[in-house]
Amino acid sequence: MVIIKDGKCDFCGCCVGVCPENCIELYEAEIKIIDEICTDCGKCVWACPFEVLELRITKNKKDELI
Amino acid sequence: MAFGKNFPKFDYYDIVVVGAGPAGTTAARFAAMSGARVLVLEKDRDVGYPVRCGEAVSHEGLVQFIEPNPKWIASTVRYFKLVAPDGTVIKPNIEGFGYILERRIFDYELAKLATYCGAEIVTKAYVNGLIMNDGKVEGVKVLLNNSEQIEIRAKIVIGADGVESRVGRWAGLNTTCKLQDMESAVQMTLTNINVEPDTCYFYFGEKVAPGGYLWVFPKGENTANVGLGIAGIYGRQKHALSYLEEFIEKNFPNASILTVIAGGVPCAKTADKIVTHGLMLVGDAAHQVNPVSGGGIISGMIGGKIAGQIAGEAIKKNDLNLIFNYENEWRKTLGQRHERYYKIKQFIYKFSDEKLNEIARELSKIPYENLTLKNLFLTAVKAQPSLIVEVLKLFI
Ligand SMILES: Cc1cc2nc3c(=O)[nH]c(=O)nc-3n(C[C@H](O)[C@H](O)[C@H](O)COP(=O)(O)OP(=O)(O)OC[C@H]3O[C@@H](n4cnc5c(N)ncnc54)[C@H](O)[C@@H]3O)c2cc1C
Ligand code: SF4
Ligand code: SF4
Repeated sequence: MVIIKDGKCDFCGCCVGVCPENCIELYEAEIKIIDEICTDCGKCVWACPFEVLELRITKNKKDELI
Repeated sequence: MAFGKNFPKFDYYDIVVVGAGPAGTTAARFAAMSGARVLVLEKDRDVGYPVRCGEAVSHEGLVQFIEPNPKWIASTVRYFKLVAPDGTVIKPNIEGFGYILERRIFDYELAKLATYCGAEIVTKAYVNGLIMNDGKVEGVKVLLNNSEQIEIRAKIVIGADGVESRVGRWAGLNTTCKLQDMESAVQMTLTNINVEPDTCYFYFGEKVAPGGYLWVFPKGENTANVGLGIAGIYGRQKHALSYLEEFIEKNFPNASILTVIAGGVPCAKTADKIVTHGLMLVGDAAHQVNPVSGGGIISGMIGGKIAGQIAGEAIKKNDLNLIFNYENEWRKTLGQRHERYYKIKQFIYKFSDEKLNEIARELSKIPYENLTLKNLFLTAVKAQPSLIVEVLKLFI
């Protein structure tokens, strides 16, 4: 899953623009990732200019990948 | 429906525009001019803020939409300087001139123009879905003031919701930007620095901004927007902010930082489809950015104007199918040119640092009078003959 580091996000929308699943919700000053839809592809993590996001492969998703 | 602060006057409009950036307010202005009832919804509390932009525009582009006004112009720029990885500086002989704006005030001004033409603007209005019926877009779902969920019906919705656009995707248009085309950007506005107030600097190189460039755009004598974009794929190794911090530490150690912002620029071709039943996309939402420079203010306004005019006409003639003409009009006006620029971008970013240095050395021998953009391009091609084939492909 993608972890959002506290207090670092600038709400710029760069991550939303590359998310193939359209599962990032970005309000004026709040960001949410809908875990059930996220496929852990990592694109948002690399696109983020501020290093706000971090990919942690959870056990469940890892099992799916294998 | 209740009247009050931050509340739309009606629950039904001819045209609803999502996003009050330059593309959205320009679309709203031209749609309202034709007599349509237009509403603009903006999620932030403030139009034009935060400013996620280097704020550079050409005079020629700007005057198509608004008379330049010192109220929102920070400086007038006449020269470009391009800096190669080894520090060689090239000064191309460019025609025309441009401005560094105060976008916070500029965006306000554009919003005001839209309202003078009859459009209504509501802020703190977050669009979180579309009303769909039988594959047609018939309005928007809106979270107002972070508390109240409402629906607003419209004959036409114009998605002008910027790089983070989701409006098109909700209606089945694929506007996701490829990671390699997304420029992951950071900018700091610095003061207490020495800058040439009439010159824009561009720095290139793998160490400065891989797959992009770094800019220094002057805002007066001792202030500048200093920012960079790296192609999204490079963020895997190191994020954009670290690149900028390193550059500033080295080049402007005594600067005071007035503001730091993050941003994304979709430096791609225009999305394949930017219209569907009841929906049009404009600006960054449609990827109407110049893919080489990343400039999207003027091109977004051009897209907005075309879309607004066509939407207005569709309402007037009561023929909603007219909006499908927008795609073609955009392609004729700028879209096709952007496709060519996109190919140029792909070949520019193939140059290694050594190649860039070599080209810069060649160029520095050419006298300023002859250093037009065309000669610059020809010299670059000569430095990498295998690219000639690719360049030829651009034109045939
Ligand atoms: C760091 C950086 C530097 C740049 N430098 C330059 C430059 O020097 N020159 C240039 O020409 N271009 C530059 N650009 C590009 C330029 O900023 C954009 O192309 C331009 O702002 C696009 O205008 P727009 O109206 O399409 O979108 P935006 O200006 O992004 O406006 C979109 C609006 O929609 C709102 N919105 C988004 N989602 C919703 C929603 N769901 N509901 C309601 N409202 C919503 C947003 O809050 C925003 O106000 C730069 C971009 C960046 C990131
Ligand atoms: S790209 Fe990073 S800073 Fe920008 S909205 Fe996403 S998480 Fe926040
Ligand atoms: S990891 Fe991929 S799917 Fe998940 S939020 Fe990020 S971009 Fe979207």
